[in-house]
Parts: sequence; C-alpha cells; structure tokens
Amino acid sequence: MNIGVFVCHCGSNIAGNVDTEAVAKAALGFPEVVFATDTMYACSEPGQAGIIEAVEKYNLDGVVVASCTPRMHEATFRRTLERAGLNKYMFEMANIREHVSWIGKDMEANTNKAVDLVHIAVEKLRRDESLVAGEFEINKRVMVIGGGVAGIQAALDCADGGLEVILVEREPSIGGKMSKLDKTFPTVDCSSCILGPRMVDIAQHPNITLYTLSEIESVEGFVGNFNVTVRRKAAYVDWDACTGCGECTTKCPSKKTPDRFNEFIGKTTAINIPFPQAIPKKASINASACIKLTKGKCGACETICPTGAIRFDQQDELITEPVGAIIAATGYDLFDFTKYGEYGGGRYPDVITSMQYERLLSASGPTEGHIKRPSDGAEPKDIVFIQCVGSRDKSIGRPYCSGFCCMYTAKQTILTKDHMPDSQSYVFYMDIRAPGKNYDEFTRRAMEEYGARYIRGRVSAIQPKNGRYLVKGADTLMGDQVEIEADLIVLAVGAEASKGAAELAEKLRISYDPYGFFMEGHPKLKPVETNTAGIYLAGSCQGPKDIPSSVAQGDAAAAKVLALFSKDKLASDPQVSAVKLMRCIGCGKCESVCPFGAIEMIEFRGMPKASVIETVCQGCGVCTAACPQGAVQLRHFTDNQILAEVNALCL
Amino acid sequence: MSPCYAYYPGCSGLGTSLEYDTSTRAMCERLGIELVEIPDWNCCGSTPAHAVDHLLSASLVGRNLAIADNMAEERELAGIITPCPSCLKNLKTTQHRLSNPEFRSEVERVVGRTVRADLPIKSVLQVVVEDMGMDVLANLASAPLKGLRVVPYYGCIMVRPPQIMQFDDPDNPMALDNLLTALGAEVLPFALKTDCCGASLATTRQDVVTRLSGRILDAAAAAGADAVVAACPMCQMNLDMRQAQINRANHSSHNIPVFYYSQLAGLAAGQGEVSTMMDKLCVSPRALLASLAARAGEGA
Repeated sequence: MNIGVFVCHCGSNIAGNVDTEAVAKAALGFPEVVFATDTMYACSEPGQAGIIEAVEKYNLDGVVVASCTPRMHEATFRRTLERAGLNKYMFEMANIREHVSWIGKDMEANTNKAVDLVHIAVEKLRRDESLVAGEFEINKRVMVIGGGVAGIQAALDCADGGLEVILVEREPSIGGKMSKLDKTFPTVDCSSCILGPRMVDIAQHPNITLYTLSEIESVEGFVGNFNVTVRRKAAYVDWDACTGCGECTTKCPSKKTPDRFNEFIGKTTAINIPFPQAIPKKASINASACIKLTKGKCGACETICPTGAIRFDQQDELITEPVGAIIAATGYDLFDFTKYGEYGGGRYPDVITSMQYERLLSASGPTEGHIKRPSDGAEPKDIVFIQCVGSRDKSIGRPYCSGFCCMYTAKQTILTKDHMPDSQSYVFYMDIRAPGKNYDEFTRRAMEEYGARYIRGRVSAIQPKNGRYLVKGADTLMGDQVEIEADLIVLAVGAEASKGAAELAEKLRISYDPYGFFMEGHPKLKPVETNTAGIYLAGSCQGPKDIPSSVAQGDAAAAKVLALFSKDKLASDPQVSAVKLMRCIGCGKCESVCPFGAIEMIEFRGMPKASVIETVCQGCGVCTAACPQGAVQLRHFTDNQILAEVNALCL
Repeated sequence: MSPCYAYYPGCSGLGTSLEYDTSTRAMCERLGIELVEIPDWNCCGSTPAHAVDHLLSASLVGRNLAIADNMAEERELAGIITPCPSCLKNLKTTQHRLSNPEFRSEVERVVGRTVRADLPIKSVLQVVVEDMGMDVLANLASAPLKGLRVVPYYGCIMVRPPQIMQFDDPDNPMALDNLLTALGAEVLPFALKTDCCGASLATTRQDVVTRLSGRILDAAAAAGADAVVAACPMCQMNLDMRQAQINRANHSSHNIPVFYYSQLAGLAAGQGEVSTMMDKLCVSPRALLASLAARAGEGA
C-alpha cells in the first residue's frame, strides 16, 4: 500500500506549537508511507489540490491528514479522495489541533504526540478497506415538535413545500410563548394579531396533522426512516365531537383552577379552552381540579354539552408516526423567580414576572388589559422593573444572557405609560443589550419619550412598607444606594431550557449543553442542524431567541428538510456491523445488547446465526464488544484495526 | 441520652449579654441539652480580627477548636455550640478555611498543635429548632406567651453567608419565627429580619448605627410589635442600649423592649422575670410584661 501523509499548519493554530515539518519527516519512517509533507491549510483549495496531485504522482492508495477534528473536515477530505479517484474510506484523520496544539504549549511534547497520532492513523489506514455505500428510500414526512412561533413557521414552510407535516404540541393549544404576549417589540404590534392567522393556517392546512396535548414517547430509526411514538394525553373530551362552543366552561363549578395560560395570575374553570384564539379551539379538563375526576361527583359539563363530547373515562393514546425528518422547536421556559429570595418572589403578591405582567397588559388577560395589583386590585402608580432575573448570574447557574429581556422590559415600560399616563416606571439594569434592527432606538424611546427611569445597578432587597414596597438597590453610575417606593415590581425573568428538554434530547439522540439547550451541529456553519442526521432545530430550544430570530430559524430548518427530501434516496453509511457467519455461534448476545434493534437471529444451514439489518445499524460497535467469538465486526473499526492503533502507540 | 455539646459563650456572654448566656444555659438545661463550657477559652477576635488579619482571626478561633478537640477525646460530643452569631460565624468560617492545607499548617504553627476542627459547629438556635423541634418547645411552654406581639430579628450574620452558615433561608429565615410561635407568641411578618443593625460601627460611626438600627425599630413599630426578639448580642445591644441614642438622632420616640429569644423561652417555661434576668434590659419590659399578664387573664 502507498500511503501519503499531509500535516496541516492550520495557520498558527497548529504550526504555532507543533513542529509540523518534523511530524511530516517522522511520518516518512512509518511503514508503507511513500510521501509526507506539511501544508499551510490542508482544507483550502490549494491544500486539497496538493493532495490530489500527490495521489497521482506517488500512486497513493490511502491518505492521512493530520489537522483538526474529523467533525470539522472529515467529509471534506473524503470528497477530496473521491476527486482523486480513491475510495473515500481509504482516509484517516489525526486530530493534532483539538487534541494537541490547542491544549498544550510545549513544542517538543506536542510534536511527539502529533507523531504518535499520525503513526496510529497510518497503522489503521494500512488495514482499511474500500467501502461502498448503499442506498435507501426515504419517507418524505416531517415531524415538528413544538407549536410555538418557530415550530409554526417551520411546519407551514414544510407544508407549503408539499411535505406532509405532523405538528406535536405539549399544551392544549399551539401558539407558545408568543400567544401570551400583548405586544411585540420594536414595532409594538399586537402579538396575537400577527400570530393568530398563522395558527389558523396550521389548522386549515391540508398537509398538516396537529396533535396538541401530546408529547414524544419514543423515537426510533434514522434519517429518512424515523418512527416517532406520540402520547396523546387524555383531554377527557372527544375532540372530534367538541365544537369549542364553551358551554361547558360556563357551568363548571370548579372556578378556582390555576390558569396556566394566564401564568397563574388568573383563575379558570377545570374544563376550559385556554384562550379565545386557541388552535384547536377545543375544551379539555384539568384532571387535578375536576370535581368529577377527583371526587366522582358533579359532571355538570357532561350534562350541558350539546354534542355529548365529554369523556371522563378517556385514556392516553399512543400513535406511531413514520417520518423522514424531525424539527425540534420546543422553546424555552421562564426562570423560577422564587430562587431570588431577596426579591421576595412567591412571598409578596405584588412581585410578579414579566410574563404575568404581559397577561395583565393583554386585553384577553385576566384583567382585560387593566393593570391591577394582584394583592388588592388597585392600579399601581410606581412600577419597578428589575432586569437580569435569572440571566448573567453565575451564582444561580445562569451565566448566559437571555437576550430578549432588555427589549421586552423597554416595551413594557412603553405600554405601561400608554395604559396609565400618570404612572412612573423605573428599570434596574446591568447593561442595555439591544443589538437588533431598530432595537436600540426602541430602548431610547422608552427612556426619552416615555420617561422610563433607567438605573444601572442591582436590587438588593424588596420589603413591604405601608401597603407598598421599598425597593433597595444600587445606582452604580451615581455610586450611591437608592431606595424607591413602588406599588408593583416586575421581574424580567430570563429564559432557561424547556422542562424535559434533556429527556427529549436523549430520545432524539442529540446533544445538549449544560443548561439543557440543544446543541447545533456547528455554532457558525450549522446553526439549525444537529449532529444526528435528519434532526433539525428551530427557535429557543437551541438558546434564548426573540421572535424574528425564532421565525428565521424555523424557515431555515424547513429549508434544510426540503433540501434533504429533494432526493428520493439517501446513501447509507457503510460503516456498519457485519457478521462472519463461520465464526458466529448463534449465542444471541449481540442481539440483546443492540440499542437499535439492528440485529436479528436467522437460521443458516440449520444453525442459528446473527444478521445485521444494515439500514438500522448505527455503527455504535456495542455488538462487536459483546461478541465472544469476534464474529461481529464493525466495518472500518474492526478489532484488527483498533488493535493496530493500540500497538502503534504501545509497542 | 441527652446530647452533650462543647459550649462557647463568647466574650459578650460574660459581659454585655449576661442575660443571654444565663437564659441560654437555663433553656438548654430544660431541653435536656448538656453544655460543657470549653475550658480556658479565649476571645474569637469578634468582628475586628477577621477584618484585619485572617490568620490572626483563625488562630484565635483555632486555639478554641483545639481545646474542643481535647474535650472530644474524653467524651462524646455532638458538636460545638454558641449563642452568639458573631462567634459562630468566626468558628464556622475558620473551620471552612482550614480545609485549605496551606492555611491549616499556618494556623497550626501559630496555635502550636494540630487542629482537627471536625466537630459540627452550630448556633444554640439551630440546635434548639432543628434537633428539639417545635413540639418539644410547645410542651416546654407551661406559660405560653399569649397576646405578645413580636417581630423576630435574626441580624445579618446568623444565616449568612449561606454556604458557610448552612442554616435556614438567607433571605427569609423562619427558625426564630417558628420557635416564638411554638412558645405562644404572635409573630408578625417582618421584612427587615436580616437587615444589618450597624454592628460594631457603633464605636466609630454612630450615625450609621442610628440610621440602620433606627430603621429596624421603625419597621418593628410600624408592624405593631410589642417587642423585638433578638438572637445576637451585638444586635440586641444596638437596638436596646442605644435606643435612646437612636431616638435622639432620628427624632423618634421608640420604647420597644428587645428580648433575647432565650429569655422569652424561660418566661414561657415559667421561670419568672428574675431568673430570666429581665432587669438587664435597658428598655424596661416591665410595663409590657405586666400588661401581658393582664391580657392573658382576659383571654382566660
């Protein structure tokens, strides 16, 4: 075998503290290496041309590139090999950037380690075989998980592109956080007026199937051929029969049920339709508040319902949907403001969250748009807004900026002045972060035209005083302490990962960061892809986002799915397990350990044998580790190849 | 078997807050908590030492901890307890700092012996509330403090910093509230329960103390309290002994008795004014206690 080795400088990323020339020279001493060189940027156009040229000139059978992580450029170099006429699996990559130059400064030690890694790659490559990808059919249906504005956008784009879409939403209605907002920044247009029609489009689109009050139970399969099981939770109402007339809600005696849609600032009935524009506009019963379901009495809704839709005995239902791609758009949750004891959240009734305030501002909210204090229903005059509650605070495990709180606080001060011209808003802030189009102008307007008083500093404590509240804080621009008496305090709560996000990520087999936000494939170049093929991200499940960014990402995710489905068949990965039938003793261990159900037992000449279902195999290698005979081998990662790597390092 | 603790009274316990120390010992005896005073203990350095030199502060505390180590070799100790939050903070902070091996060897060099410092360190309040529980306290109260309206004042260091003190909620502690409720008093909501009284600034910046302590008295009066209940000798002194000073500076006219919770526990247990040393308070509680007896009479 003729092997060529290319050691990349990556500018000063690698060459800065690895002697790349020495690495190339050492590589020439390894078996079957006929050519080795260092190169400025192996991934660049001239870098790749150099590889192709060397393949021809030295009649190379395989190539080792020592450069960055395979996550970055393995696919790039495999394409280079194909252009040079080689099989793309006759390629090995030694990671001398992330694993060497970025983590140590000792030139000599780095160079030695880089030589070792190249040696490992050469020994593996000597045992590589050409692999040929198969093809498989794909199912051109897409599932969107999450019916907030990002999910709605993605679903509509896919559906308009001719795809069949299944939209799954956890709450009884789609609309997400945006449907709870009164107005949006920086245009101050009515949130539900711009979202409402899109929600209706979802309901009316012939290509969209909508499952609300539903959660993902399990996800199986792989790109092009997923099987997603959805748990449709009992609404205790037959939604085929329910017309959304709302008669049931007028007769329900359980009138003090905490109202989720109104952020628990109002009360609702045990059977309810979450809000007037709900999609679908169907009633559902809150099982923990319903008198019939908890005590066996009542049943008033059943009596009044004109279509006889009430079903107290309804059970959860599991539905399995085959789809080819999945878009996760599960959004975010609001920070639990009671974690800041000094603000008295949860203890003082008039310390509320920004989203609760949003509901007070909204005409469809519990106060019909009149700003009233929760404690006594009085109209507040002095309102203090506190920013960065659950953002940029390492001490409570939220070091990141939630991004949109500066803007929505500015909006809320403007709306406050509109609602109550003689009111005064105070905003405690750390810095103003308003980098979007027309954003900084907007916060300026709040200060200059609407007279919101911005105080740079944090609040140390809030204490009740004579029916009002004393807000003690620092003004770090004045270098002094300030005290403000307020009637209402609004905490600008930050965003955190949606509840259950980590569990969903495990089901989807995608990565998530320490805070539970889903990880994109690459922070710059793959913002809506994940490292799992066929699974895409949209909106705040990937990190806090405002509406324009969420919508843009919904569009982008849909575009990715449409591009994926533009082909009728996808190439399968040939790096899958294969069984040597002669060695297999039919013990079935591999079948029992395979997490994907990719191994089945067959009969071969009267003997039980294992057989790999190649389209299901994910190439994880668990079976090869379990096989006592070494009969199951993962192609491209066989025992011999891995042992050769170990030997290269240890012998 | 009753638990036995190494008891650290602190300097003020033998001086300005004699009534706190005496009533604490009496309360513990009633509750079956055995206290063995750390022999030949020295001052922990109080508030000034740690502000000047951490090593000095830790060494002062370290000597006391070392003596407690000796005690633990002779008999089983449930831990070290002190009524004074300031001493407690110094004890616990030192214990925390000794986890740094370099610092530990420095301290051991000064103290001249090894310091294990592995006994749990708690305030008397924490032991009473967490280990005894409210039922025991309620049983103790043969003469419940019926009709007494109080605000509980923890001071700023009893529960802070939370990662060192590891007791109750740093912003809204409830231990004292619950204890007083168990004793039969009416506990009013009090937002300033962990605000600073000005502490030892009284000697250098009287204006700060009259402002901060004044605010606490104002809030107690506004809440409609008959009395403030303290758990810290420094706080109690600022609020009680300096109340006239505060009134002068703020043009107020407060006349609010400031009890130690242990005094009220003794009162509820029927120990009477003399043995709870009510006469040691600067703002006389006599009128209040007399009216209390009358109120209780009305209720009965």
